Amino acid sequence: MTRKISAERGRIQISGFDAEKVEQREPLSDWTEESGDETQTRWQRGWERFKRNRTALIGLAVVAFLSLVAIFARPISVMGTTVQPFSLAPYDPAAILYLQDPSIGVYDPPSSTNWMGTDASGRDLFSRLLYGGRYSISIGFIVVVITASFGTIYGAVSGYYGGWTDEIMMRIVDTIFAFPFLVMALVIVAMLGGGYWQLVLAFSLVGWASYARLIRGEVLKVKENEYVMAAKALGARDKSVIFRHIVPNAMPPLLVVASLNVGTVVIGVAALGFLGFGMPPGSAEWGTMLDQTRETLIQGPDGTIPWWATVFPGMAIFMFVMAMNMIGDGINDALDAQETGAGQQGGA
Amino acid sequence: MSLRRFILKRFLSIIPILFGVSVITFALVHLTPGDPISQMVGLNPDMTAADEARLRARYGLDGPIWQQYLTWMENVVVGDFGEEISTGRDVTEIIMTRLPETIVLGLFGWAFGLIIAIPSGIYAAVNKDKLGDTISRFLALSGISIPNFWLGLMLILIGSLWLGWWNVLPPSRQPLYHPDMLWYLLLPGITIGTASAASIMRVMRTSMAEEMNKEYVTAARAKGLPERSVVLKHVLRNSLISVVTLAATLTASIVSGSVVVEYVFNWPGLGMEFVEAINGREVNLIMAITLFFGVTIIIANLVADIMYAVLDPRIRYD
Repeated sequence: MTRKISAERGRIQISGFDAEKVEQREPLSDWTEESGDETQTRWQRGWERFKRNRTALIGLAVVAFLSLVAIFARPISVMGTTVQPFSLAPYDPAAILYLQDPSIGVYDPPSSTNWMGTDASGRDLFSRLLYGGRYSISIGFIVVVITASFGTIYGAVSGYYGGWTDEIMMRIVDTIFAFPFLVMALVIVAMLGGGYWQLVLAFSLVGWASYARLIRGEVLKVKENEYVMAAKALGARDKSVIFRHIVPNAMPPLLVVASLNVGTVVIGVAALGFLGFGMPPGSAEWGTMLDQTRETLIQGPDGTIPWWATVFPGMAIFMFVMAMNMIGDGINDALDAQETGAGQQGGA
Repeated sequence: MSLRRFILKRFLSIIPILFGVSVITFALVHLTPGDPISQMVGLNPDMTAADEARLRARYGLDGPIWQQYLTWMENVVVGDFGEEISTGRDVTEIIMTRLPETIVLGLFGWAFGLIIAIPSGIYAAVNKDKLGDTISRFLALSGISIPNFWLGLMLILIGSLWLGWWNVLPPSRQPLYHPDMLWYLLLPGITIGTASAASIMRVMRTSMAEEMNKEYVTAARAKGLPERSVVLKHVLRNSLISVVTLAATLTASIVSGSVVVEYVFNWPGLGMEFVEAINGREVNLIMAITLFFGVTIIIANLVADIMYAVLDPRIRYD
């Protein structure tokens, strides 16, 4: 506030404008016509911050590790040609080992040949664990992509048009919210029968509503901004206003919810598997593996408890979900998304 | 809008949702191939087409789907959910005998969640970014990440098989209100409450930390209030409001949780019955329990919204 008042007469002092200062500041700002794209810089800034978050990076590493291990667990062949020849898993996850090697039995404890022991049917638990990631992880990501896309479109349309459209569309969302997530998925899978795509469908039908509600809220917030008015005034069509001007601004909270949701879906799939409704019995899906050993947890075949058959598959689910939540928290901090719902993610 | 009008409007708003929930419940069960009657006919080759028609008429499964829905709704409105097809037991009665078990378990889970979460949330917010905060945040993150069925299995493994403190199943099941049952409630209660505890703790920490930066806190400190009363009397009260908004979400998580946790612990509640109903394709029972869960959550949402409006006069009712 120490403004020097010119002693000279006849001069007009313009306050608040100092040509020198402006010139000094100029090189500091790297604003150019090209880099004026706000979203781009926001993502870059977010990534910079994310990279400095150790917890989030650990999460990312664990998720990447588990995904790669699942991919390279057994060779993948598409229509006869082998796309992925590597095989990390020492045994075929479906092979019953005592048929090949009589020294390996049912519920063998962890040993140097079977690192995590064998399961109720005498299959190698370690191989099954590596392979099992394929089901849970891929369902988790596929469901999140489907639900996030559909929910975004739904929420954007609802929020943008408002009025009766909004009213009806949001009542439908409220209705979906009235069902506990797992209960509804359970009914759908029970009615459709288990299987990979049935699980995807069930969790997609259940999961889209939270994105719709989130995006609608963001659209309402953003809709009144002047740049949206400007776009409209310039004659932009509704579709382009929604998807080029409104939705990109709603992306940060969406990304946070999506990353946390992967974990929720993975737990949900495993929970259904555990209840006996997910993948067909005997498949290496983590939850289904736990179901198979549930009866023998209390009393093993020869009086000992095969703890490994319960501990390891659950540990795999836990590790993956935890890592996913670490990533979600990291994205949340990095992008400063206000509304995260992070604290609202209960277990299945 | 006055508070009373807000409450009234909120009450009216659940009508379309209730309608929607009943339609979806009905549709989920009926739009899939293979109804219980064709299953019965398949199991019993002696049945003639006339028998089948009679059975369909008896369970209201003849006629177009919308008519079946209306028949079902007419009965549901007066509390008649039909009977279990395999045993002929009354569905309402089944629910009533199973319900107390689930309510007790759910309340125990809630209580466990609050008892763990609120003190640790306060502790974490007060010691923000210190070691204790880091540890409790890590535990909270584990709590929301751990699959509840696996947590249950682990507790059984540790508590009953290694330590030998619990029988896996109560040897002779006492009535629910018997004090002995508290001991058996402990493991399932902890299992069902852990996710809630972790969620509440995370929200408590965030909202407390946010409140701590507000000016009234500085004012209270400047006034010379001891830190303890600043935190417990001023900050805590304001941040508890955000826990109330969590209540509805947590009810949903406990309802979902009850299905899985009761299955793990063989707890004879509604969730266990639900799994059995699905295994037996007991259409009436599935619909009744799904509807019941849905209505519970609608009411929880309603109560949370109203409590929020009452507790925080700043919010606008629109």
